[in-house]
Amino acid sequence: MKGNFIDNLPKVYGIYTGGFLAFIIIMSIAEQMGMTAKTIGICFVAFTVAIYAIIGYLSRTAQADAYYVAGRQVPTVFNGMATAADWMSGASFVAMAGGIYFKGYGYMALLVGWTGGYVLVASLLAPYLRKFGCYTVPDFIGTRYGGNLSRFLAVVVLTVASFTYVTAQINATGTIASVALDIPFQYAVYVGLVSILLCSMLGGMRGVTWTQVAQYIVLIIAYLLPVFWISNKMGAGFFPHFMLADEVSRIAELEAQFGFVKNSAENLKEVPKGLAGITKAHSAVNATPWAFISLALAMMMGTASLPHVMMRYFTTPSVKAARKSVGWSLFFIFLLYSSAPMLATLSKLSLIDPTLPTGIIGKSISEVQAIDWYQNWNQANLMFVSDFNGNGTLELNEFFMGGKAVVLATPEIAGLPYVISGLVAAGGMAAAMSTADGLILAIANAISHDVYYKIIDPKAETAKRLVVARVLLVVIGFAGATIAAMEIQGILGSVIWAFDFAMSGLFFPLVLGVWWKRANREGAIAGMALGLISGAGYLIWVRNGGSGFLGITQLTFGIFGSAVSLVAMVVVSLMTSAPNAATQKMVDEVRVPSGKSILGKQH
Amino acid sequence: MSKQEQHWEKSRGLLFMTLAIWFVFSIGIFLFGAEMNEVTGPFGYPLTYWFTCQGSLGAFVILIFWFANRQEKIDEEFGFSERGDD
Repeated sequence: MKGNFIDNLPKVYGIYTGGFLAFIIIMSIAEQMGMTAKTIGICFVAFTVAIYAIIGYLSRTAQADAYYVAGRQVPTVFNGMATAADWMSGASFVAMAGGIYFKGYGYMALLVGWTGGYVLVASLLAPYLRKFGCYTVPDFIGTRYGGNLSRFLAVVVLTVASFTYVTAQINATGTIASVALDIPFQYAVYVGLVSILLCSMLGGMRGVTWTQVAQYIVLIIAYLLPVFWISNKMGAGFFPHFMLADEVSRIAELEAQFGFVKNSAENLKEVPKGLAGITKAHSAVNATPWAFISLALAMMMGTASLPHVMMRYFTTPSVKAARKSVGWSLFFIFLLYSSAPMLATLSKLSLIDPTLPTGIIGKSISEVQAIDWYQNWNQANLMFVSDFNGNGTLELNEFFMGGKAVVLATPEIAGLPYVISGLVAAGGMAAAMSTADGLILAIANAISHDVYYKIIDPKAETAKRLVVARVLLVVIGFAGATIAAMEIQGILGSVIWAFDFAMSGLFFPLVLGVWWKRANREGAIAGMALGLISGAGYLIWVRNGGSGFLGITQLTFGIFGSAVSLVAMVVVSLMTSAPNAATQKMVDEVRVPSGKSILGKQH
Repeated sequence: MSKQEQHWEKSRGLLFMTLAIWFVFSIGIFLFGAEMNEVTGPFGYPLTYWFTCQGSLGAFVILIFWFANRQEKIDEEFGFSERGDD
């Protein structure tokens, strides 16, 4: 191919997408010819991971700006795809539709929160941090406010938030690898980790960028194809997003017909851990305004403070491109997020509508227990039925499912070929790997650049810095995998905590750094330290039986943390002297897109 | 007022407008979630439900591109846009 790599990107990824589609077709032919489900699963995961590893190897680099910010030459649309993959975690892919399925409106605050946050990213932060020219988020805090303590505290907040998040992602890669490759979870976690490191070790941010684009293509095909296919197969509509109104109202009708019968605690003891029944209305408003808004608000402010997202906008060629790129990111995220409620609707209706051939409610218990797919998913511990009232018929309150089953089992229930299940496994793996890569890199880069290079050894040569960065990458990855192998917290819980930690410590120090010239070092230190401590304190208090206040729960503790952070930062800033003239001038320069960046190209 | 101050004033004005629209779609409408859900929205979905699965999400995408274009115009007006393309 003529020209350099960047100019050829559309062609390269066009060929890649075509190749992946061809691979899906080959697999479906192989299925017809008798290839087993297990082999297909292995092929999908192995093939895609091998491609990412090749991209990771081809992106290897020995230059600091390629390693930290991909040489600042990633075009807007491609950076948008990479950010979308970076953003959409294993939880978004595997668990989101399930959350909507079980909790309805109250859960959908997460959809609003995880998209609305990008408006804050685009308008408050990303373009200004791009102009700053930093390598990492603590790099901005450290330079804007000055001093090693502020830089170090930013690294601490970043590490707490990102590490909480990354264990969940490594856990998800392990879950998928263990199912697809049929190996025990404790080993599968490390298989997942090695796959993750293959993408980021050699090329740093450059490697992660180009693998994330490839992962986005896989995950979006893997999510949309089944949704469209199921919708058409059920006769629900050719384009589900615009055509499911009848299905949504049919579910409401059935809910009214069956009613939500509450199970006794004794009966619920029988149900395996992690499974839930349908107890909440599908499309009716089932949460108070404050419960919805507080969760959405916490996720939005958390989005704007999570460093692994912010650092993706350091890789664009210009400030202008950074702004547009945020729009593209959200567009690519929108494609998946707007499909999750449709999948939840299709999945729920196909199970509960007695007039559909797939419907199981109203059938006799023994008939349901004889269905092939029920047996498979019951064995995988994701489905369970029990005849609580002893009438021999399955009622709505007697059917239980795991959240993951909505994405994983619906294709099989709808009668799609197994090749789709293999595809979904590859998509989930791509989603979890891309997010894990972004997070591990964010932590390792912050420690290697901000702690090692800026604080401990400012004279270190580039080669030595990059060795330190890579060693940290491996160490942090292994630490994350080790904790993931212990399976302490469910996938989604720890993801939401990460947002709350990030917003508690970083939201106001970042935003006020650009928008309030008077903000000074003492204020920022107080804001970060007190914000993180009070947020974490609130979480521990509520976890240990504390009642909480103002309706702030363990999922929204960041609202309390960030409020403390704001007050502390403003009060302490005003009590101490204004930043010096050089800092004020620096803020003025950040606010103008043209001209040189504050930090040099190599720093 | 210097050129730079004028530029910043306009940028700040745009920020407030952007945040106001953001507020409506992320918070404002959900204050009246239960009432609005009685209304039939686009494509026949209940209105609040539609906003949570498509409406607000799509509004954010459009809002960011609108904001980016307006900000570029402001930068050009004061001669602060970057040279070279993206």
